[in-house]
Amino acid sequence: MPLLSRKATCSFHGQDSSYFLGWQEYEKNPYDEVKNPKGIIQMGLAENQLSFDLLESWMAKNPGAAGFERDGQSIFRELALFQDYHGLPAFKKALVDFMAEIRGNKVTFDPNHIVLTAGATSANETLMFCLAEQGDAFLLPTPYYPGFDRDLKWRTGVEIVPIHCTSSNRFQITASALEVAYQQAQKVKLRVKGVLVTNPSNPLGTTMTRDELDLLINFIADKEIHLISDEIYSGTVFSSPAFVSIMEVLKDRNPKNTEVWDRVHVVYSLSKDLGLPGFRVGVIYSNDSIIVAAATKMSSFGLVSSQTQYLLSAMLSDKKFTKEYISKNHKRLQKRQSKLVSGLEKASIGCLKSNAGLFCWVDMRHLLSSNTFEAEMELWKRIVYDVKLNISPGSSCHCTEPGWFRVCFADMSEDTLKLAMQRLKSFVSSTTINNRSHQDLKNSRRKLRTEWVFGLSFLSLNDREPD
Amino acid sequence: MAALSKIAAGNGHGENSPYFDGWKAYETNPFHPTDRPEGVIQMGLAENQLCFDFIKKWLMKHPEASLCTAEGVNKFKETALFQDYHGMPEFRQAIAKFMGKVRGDRVKFDPDRIVMSGGATGAHEMVTFCLADPGEAFLVPTPYYPGFDRDLRWRTGVELVPVICESSNNFKITRNALEAAYEKAQEDNIRVKGLLITNPSNPLGTILDRETLKSIVSFINEKNIHLIGDEIYAATVFMEPEFVSISEIIEEVECNRDLIHIVYSLSKDMGFPGFRVGIVYSYNDALVSCTRKMSSFGLVSSQTQHLIASMLSDDDFVDNFIIKSKKKLFKRHEYFTWSLSQVGIGSLKSNAGLFIWMDLRKLLKAKTFEAEMDLWQVIIHEVKLNVSPGSSFHCHEPGWFRVCFANMDDDTMETALLRIRDFMRKNNAAMIPHNKLCRRSSLKLSFSRRVDDFMSPGIMSPHSPLPQSPLVRARS
Repeated sequence: MPLLSRKATCSFHGQDSSYFLGWQEYEKNPYDEVKNPKGIIQMGLAENQLSFDLLESWMAKNPGAAGFERDGQSIFRELALFQDYHGLPAFKKALVDFMAEIRGNKVTFDPNHIVLTAGATSANETLMFCLAEQGDAFLLPTPYYPGFDRDLKWRTGVEIVPIHCTSSNRFQITASALEVAYQQAQKVKLRVKGVLVTNPSNPLGTTMTRDELDLLINFIADKEIHLISDEIYSGTVFSSPAFVSIMEVLKDRNPKNTEVWDRVHVVYSLSKDLGLPGFRVGVIYSNDSIIVAAATKMSSFGLVSSQTQYLLSAMLSDKKFTKEYISKNHKRLQKRQSKLVSGLEKASIGCLKSNAGLFCWVDMRHLLSSNTFEAEMELWKRIVYDVKLNISPGSSCHCTEPGWFRVCFADMSEDTLKLAMQRLKSFVSSTTINNRSHQDLKNSRRKLRTEWVFGLSFLSLNDREPD
Repeated sequence: MAALSKIAAGNGHGENSPYFDGWKAYETNPFHPTDRPEGVIQMGLAENQLCFDFIKKWLMKHPEASLCTAEGVNKFKETALFQDYHGMPEFRQAIAKFMGKVRGDRVKFDPDRIVMSGGATGAHEMVTFCLADPGEAFLVPTPYYPGFDRDLRWRTGVELVPVICESSNNFKITRNALEAAYEKAQEDNIRVKGLLITNPSNPLGTILDRETLKSIVSFINEKNIHLIGDEIYAATVFMEPEFVSISEIIEEVECNRDLIHIVYSLSKDMGFPGFRVGIVYSYNDALVSCTRKMSSFGLVSSQTQHLIASMLSDDDFVDNFIIKSKKKLFKRHEYFTWSLSQVGIGSLKSNAGLFIWMDLRKLLKAKTFEAEMDLWQVIIHEVKLNVSPGSSFHCHEPGWFRVCFANMDDDTMETALLRIRDFMRKNNAAMIPHNKLCRRSSLKLSFSRRVDDFMSPGIMSPHSPLPQSPLVRARS
């Protein structure tokens, strides 16, 4: 019986990680206000569900875009046939304008330097294929989005070497952390090809400071490597400090056509800012036209549906709409985030002060039975199975300190969030008040571990797509 | 200076081949009936443009199939959020049903085995990543679709080993040819992991007969290697003999089903290459599971899944579409091949696909590929038709050309035929005087037809208002 390939049989798809177990538990017992009020509330999904009404009302006012019409003429045929990997010009123009608008028009983007891909998932993988190969590595600050383990490494053979960030300085990237990571890669004989950062950060929900961005540019200039800035959450910056894109810092520092200029690339997507993960719209933006050319050819393996390009080009070309959307979206995110923060406070739980993203980086270190990742897992299982909230443990994001959890706030209604906070408050109170015996704790751990192991062996076919 | 990866810097994308000269000629001088009547006519693009009117009528009657209409917008939010790599159940059910109907309902497909991908392009790459390691190989019968060189090899590091097929027996895939290719790979220390067949064939336009299919299945079982059947042209079989799918053969012969996989797409059968609907259907559970996870890199837009689910779950529409499409393809094919025969040009007898495999061997100055290239340059620059030379399909013999017929309207087809006639006249090939061209002579058809009977009204021109680069066809 011939084996499948090594790639097929390894676990680099990442689905055995704890991050996905929470998903599975949720799938088995999903909360529903009416049908299953005691079910698990999903707080592990970085989706933006707050602004759909704005999109829907735009569509109600613009029926042509949807009905495959332009100026009253059907363009269905042209769209159905359009498979040019350069993408719909009108769509790319609308995208670059939107990206500029999100950045307060402090930078502009050239539509000829955009590559369209099937989601940011594909964008990140494609950049890896273009910039690196087996034996190479990218440095990533921790904590980072668990999906990177799959997207950057699985089919490419590229490695990730972590840049350790700690709570001592709000998980900011330091020069020494960069150096340590670089040396670590050298030690294990990996060639460092670049640094990849997510800004605003997933899972931290913070924007990078100008100092950090300057530091990164200095570092990549010195080491002659690439910098990829995944700015997928750039439209979710709801309070100060304002978002500063790597492109803005680069523009301020370096004139065009320097080598560094060509080594900085941005990844974007409409999955978070517009809340359209199903439409699979990813973007690679590079100043280097050779990389743009290579990535464009590779995008054949995951083009954006022409139907989707057309709808979104109409939507994003409506400047009145985009201006209103960006502003209202920010307001709603801010309001929702503060509800989460105050709900957590009532449960005596703090979180990292954040100004962006669809989640908070919550500090539950004080609830750990010990300062270990095992204790973090125990706590997490109790939260999933007892408190019935699916949140993401920091270890799944490669955080170096146990006790941190990512909790999403934009993928549910306000009432559901309220309920989730009530559950959490009860849990914390009962944990504090009920001095549970050591034995009780051990027993519950054993039961949870069994369930977890059971869950690992019998993964259902309903594996959930991560955010 | 941080260089690009070897993959990105190399030629694995295949676009530097001379094959693209035809595209470039078309790009710089594309035919248009009024704006550019002397331009190059595109006959190198395997697109199916014959049924759009029918599809549009359906769309007008079903506004709910689009998310953006008043009728459809209530599904907008849940669709826009849907990124589950399992794909929408309705979408998978509709695709499974469609695939069954295309095979005359002789087999049933399980919606839970349907995995999405970024077009058949993405499907092939994904299957290759899952079945083979770098340095290993698939056997592929020649001539084959040039895109395979990129799709199966570029980023995967997997090799292709040709199975040589010859015109002497109409390019049949013989057991001997399979064995020879397999042995050659062994001699070269290349581990063969599978055999890839395209059925119906691109570029031949023929289908594999039952005996050949059985022989192929027995071969792969014996060697314990995978069989990937690309059935992307399944619904384009417009004439007898009836299409036989691998999915049918495995019901008839002993076979290890873990070795059997099908790649499909809506790009050819429905004419939707822009929508990027690729499908992997495997009888191997582990492969279904793995490709499903890997499909994250090329999921079908949920907006498109919604549209396709609506459209393909309408049984009446599907049944009528399949019949209409075949009729139109048949008409177009018959007229085209008949007209060519009138000027002494033959082609491989075919009953499927969107193209014919034209035989211009007698026009070669020598039996060489250089002569084929010379002839091709003449066809592009003098006759002004972009056709595809057999060498780009790795054909073993020079003189064959793939010529597409379903991507243009009737008038453009007439123009192309006139140009061919004029060219043949100049070349003193077997000729028929002009006044006889429009009269039926000895047709091999079993029914009487006038030329007008071949004409289907209302097919639109190939000119598109949207800029199209022929260099970038995801699938041509």
